[in-house]
Amino acid sequence: MYVAVKGGARAIDNAHAWLAEERRGDRTVPEMTVAQIREQMGLAVNRVMAEGSLYDPDLAALAIKQARGDLIEAIFLIRAYRTTLPRFGGAQPIDTGNMACDRRISATFKDVPGGQVLGPTFDYTHRLLDFMLAADGDVPEAAMGDPAGDPVPHVTEFLNSEGLIQPEPESDAVPRDLTREPLELPADRALRLQSLARADEGFLLGLAYSTQRGYARNHAFVGELRIGSVAVEMDIPDLGFAIEIGEITVTECETVNQFTGSKTEPPQFTRGYGLVFGQTERKAIAMALVDRAMRWEELGEENVGAPAQDTEFVLSHCDNIQATGFLEHIKLPHYVDFQSELELIRKLRAQAKAAGQEDAT
Amino acid sequence: MTADQYNFAYLDEQTKRMIRRAILKGLAVPGYQVPFASREMPMPYGWGTGGVQVTAATLVPDDRLKVIDQGADDTTNAVSIRKFFERTAGVAVTEATTEASIIQTRHRIPETPLREGQILVYQVPIPEPLRFLEPRETETRKMHALEEYGLMHVKLYEDIARHGTIATAYAYPVQVEGRYVMDPSPIPKFDNPKLESPAIQLFGAGREQRIYALPPYTQVVSLDFEDHPFDPSRADYPCAVCGAVDSYLDEVITDDAGGRMFLCSDTDYCGQRQAAGHTGTEGAP
Amino acid sequence: MTAALEQPLLQVRGVTKHYGARLGCGDVSFDLWPGEVMGIVGESGSGKSTLLSCLAGHLPPDAGEVRFDVDGSLRDTLQLTEPERRRLHRTDWAFVHQHARDGLRMGVSAGGNVGERLMAIGARNYGEIRSQAADWLNRVEIAAERMDDRPTAFSGGMQQRLQIARNLVTGPRLVFMDEPTGGLDVSVQARLLDLLRGLVREMGLSAIIVTHDLAVVRLLADRLMVMKDGRVVEQGLTDQVLDDPQHGYTQLLVSSVLQV
Repeated sequence: MYVAVKGGARAIDNAHAWLAEERRGDRTVPEMTVAQIREQMGLAVNRVMAEGSLYDPDLAALAIKQARGDLIEAIFLIRAYRTTLPRFGGAQPIDTGNMACDRRISATFKDVPGGQVLGPTFDYTHRLLDFMLAADGDVPEAAMGDPAGDPVPHVTEFLNSEGLIQPEPESDAVPRDLTREPLELPADRALRLQSLARADEGFLLGLAYSTQRGYARNHAFVGELRIGSVAVEMDIPDLGFAIEIGEITVTECETVNQFTGSKTEPPQFTRGYGLVFGQTERKAIAMALVDRAMRWEELGEENVGAPAQDTEFVLSHCDNIQATGFLEHIKLPHYVDFQSELELIRKLRAQAKAAGQEDAT
Repeated sequence: MTADQYNFAYLDEQTKRMIRRAILKGLAVPGYQVPFASREMPMPYGWGTGGVQVTAATLVPDDRLKVIDQGADDTTNAVSIRKFFERTAGVAVTEATTEASIIQTRHRIPETPLREGQILVYQVPIPEPLRFLEPRETETRKMHALEEYGLMHVKLYEDIARHGTIATAYAYPVQVEGRYVMDPSPIPKFDNPKLESPAIQLFGAGREQRIYALPPYTQVVSLDFEDHPFDPSRADYPCAVCGAVDSYLDEVITDDAGGRMFLCSDTDYCGQRQAAGHTGTEGAP
Repeated sequence: MTAALEQPLLQVRGVTKHYGARLGCGDVSFDLWPGEVMGIVGESGSGKSTLLSCLAGHLPPDAGEVRFDVDGSLRDTLQLTEPERRRLHRTDWAFVHQHARDGLRMGVSAGGNVGERLMAIGARNYGEIRSQAADWLNRVEIAAERMDDRPTAFSGGMQQRLQIARNLVTGPRLVFMDEPTGGLDVSVQARLLDLLRGLVREMGLSAIIVTHDLAVVRLLADRLMVMKDGRVVEQGLTDQVLDDPQHGYTQLLVSSVLQV
């Protein structure tokens, strides 16, 4: 007698146990702590916070540990956790003009008030494997400079004061929240930026790169890239004023792009904007380029059919949690669909064969 | 995860209310895809996050839940989702179609006819029946609004011109109450006639952020041509275990010499029939 | 028939379109009567294609009206709702693009291309759709055995004939054509023109044809509008305009001094 395969539940339990063991690895090697990941895998932690849309280095480090270093899996863990968190309210917009900058560079001016500050960057390192690190090499402490006291002005403001760059209209409107409302197209710029801020870094990198290679080229200069900490403030209704509830590190990139002009407006530069949690400058620069490419319509530029100009295409495919879920779901059982295809193809082949025999007679 | 850290059925009440509003709107406009703010769930997109959210918003503590995938209660993903609700909602579960008040399904409609008061929740990967003809959401929404469904028939025309028959075997498009063209989710077309049902049918697409619905006794017509009518065919065999000739069958490969047999894909239906003494060629005597 | 002739099929008033500071077309007005074919000629950049796009509803003009006879009364098509406009495009209007691939579904068979408009207005009998498609393929001289082939396998001339069949199958009352013979070899052009002339006469089609090719309008058009820099510089009966051009620009055009 035929007995159908059973035991889905047991198979799942066993798989989970094995997974946990694999995650731990060789037990003679000391287990990693969440603090170690948080402190020594900082850029991975930053990426998980940024794309997970949750600023919490400890949780991000925990997610990386649980995900065995698979960052998209870690981002997924953070997103799923984030869903369950209650909302007490919205913060005031952060003021990046008041950022305590660790890094601040401009590619458009040699020197600017506030100065160029390299900060902790890989930019000018030689990419030579450092075998000292394999030998548990400790590092000497870096020299300390004097912290700059005054706020560092945005570079684009210098262009703005001369009227050389398109001003961005100020607005007190509350932007729509992508995580609370369905994405409806066409999306305005606030919603586009929101979506890009949590988009997959690799996807944005590829798109931004394509604009540089001519698929909607927009001649971007990095007007300014700054990384540092900013205060997060929140209005407390009971108090009647805003109080500081914490500090976060963000990366902000403003690009200065090719000018445009029209009947009513003189030629001026335009901008692209990127803002991401943590030190994530590749993502911030890519975001600014893609943002700029998607603005073709409002700036009266030609749609050359480039992927980065196609807002619906970009927004529909930039989220790696959506993408990886749908991609990987094809490994789930599809017996029923496949069976119906199987029957159809057998039927079509039988018909074709019968037709062939008829022709022969 | 421990249950008491989460709200009943995982989602917070605000979210459930938002989803219920979308469900009600869907029921009011049968076949219309209602956008909803799908939440990130603790299972991946593609694993049924839409269905899970609809079930979570629909469940009440005295519900009895059945979960099937490919018609079976014991496939891994069905087990996983059933466990999720046992843990987060503490509801009773069952494998019997007749005993369930809510049934969440992926890719099948149970063989046992549903009755009034039951709710069938479908997991939907791509809710847009026009998607593979027109990739743009802004355009397909317009096509629905204006009832521009000519393109859908062009696809069916092409099938017949090329294959002599409509070559869509699952996710076979339907028109609801003469208005919206709807994707019934990837059920085999064999199941399409069961879409006209006394039960409430809810469709949830998590990644695509859409919910749609069929109220009880809604007219659901599978698209076809007058001279090439819709044909809900199945494999022409009886179930090897219970002998059923009216159920959808899985094909099971039994050896490496091409041996195979056909079994009911609906495990509960097959089990009920065996319990009632029906038997097929491979069944117990 | 007399009733229908009491008012024009299409009445165009003051259609104007700017591209930034540049004029696309300016203050164009004319009437098109049932059964009449109007040719619009001019160099590239003269605004004739902009005008056609504005008339056909592909491009919103800055000013003007495009009134079309809907059930006996003239209605401004620019004020139609989206569903009304789309219905018009599926039924009474047709548009033949210069490049056939803009007007065809390249991934759909020739029969499906012709059948689409029928299905869009509710045809649900496969056999009937197919026989109408076959009839139309025959009328545009495409062999019946090519019916299930995709247009990608067709020559340029065949693609253009297929596009015409696809547009005419529902018997539209007004056909817009944008350089219908453009980009085709001379011998292919002649055959297409011949075919178009036959169809226009046989069906009593009303049409607006934009072209830079005076041979096309001489053969097809009853009346002619000559455009330069976005403005209509001369209009009248085709023979009159071509044989006795009044405007200096038309004279240059006719004497083929202008390389158009």
